[in-house]
Amino acid sequence: MNNAYAWGAIALITLAATTGDVLLAYSMKRVGHVGELWESRGLLAVVKRILATPTFFLGVLAMAVAFYSLLFGLSWGNLSLVVPASASLTFVANALAARIFLHERVGRRRWLAAICVAAGVALMAM
Amino acid sequence: MTFRKYLVLAGITVFSTLGDSLLARGMKDLGGASLHNISALLLAVLNPFVTAGIILLIAFFASYMSALSWADLTYVLPATSLSYVLVAVIARIRFHEEISPTRWLGIALISAGVGFVAAGPSSTTHHERESVPEREEVHS
Repeated sequence: MNNAYAWGAIALITLAATTGDVLLAYSMKRVGHVGELWESRGLLAVVKRILATPTFFLGVLAMAVAFYSLLFGLSWGNLSLVVPASASLTFVANALAARIFLHERVGRRRWLAAICVAAGVALMAM
Repeated sequence: MTFRKYLVLAGITVFSTLGDSLLARGMKDLGGASLHNISALLLAVLNPFVTAGIILLIAFFASYMSALSWADLTYVLPATSLSYVLVAVIARIRFHEEISPTRWLGIALISAGVGFVAAGPSSTTHHERESVPEREEVHS
């Protein structure tokens, strides 16, 4: 029973973290190259343009949901299960979501990287 | 990829690792703080370790946003996963923790993953503002 709660929390953390990452990546692509913008128009212009992007705040909100689900997940499940399982699944879910929503070309190289890192993160916790 | 972009990726890795470690170190001073004890959590900001940790995590977020403005999400995430390795190395040096064979395998897999993405292009999407992926080579 407790295990089911822990996996529910893991699913929620993964979903929220992936949503957050995709929204933040989308927002920053819309803002444009921060380094170039800073050099040509100054830091204030960068901050202004980020604050004028509504999806940025949705992304931060999703990240906050992920953080609080992690806190709740930790009170239901084991630290050594919840943290690595959600971190590991987030890498794979992000590769999938980036392909679907951000139209990134996730080729063999990127898939291999995501899976290697996900497996590695899981192993590091053992 | 310019040298400055590699610096931003390194910044993400180092700031997140150090920020988390400092935050964990500071929270240990407080003892078992819980959500029921909100005032203790608010006062935690006064702990120098916690303050330093928060500053580093803000630096992490700024460099993460900067990287996402010119690189793919599927590039930035694996490229900065060396932070997991960095945590193990810090634990080994600072606290003399043993690294088990399973963890060594994990370190090898993460490093391999980082190598796979780092060898490829950092951006594959064609965006109005960044039409050619390697445009920055002309710039600098």
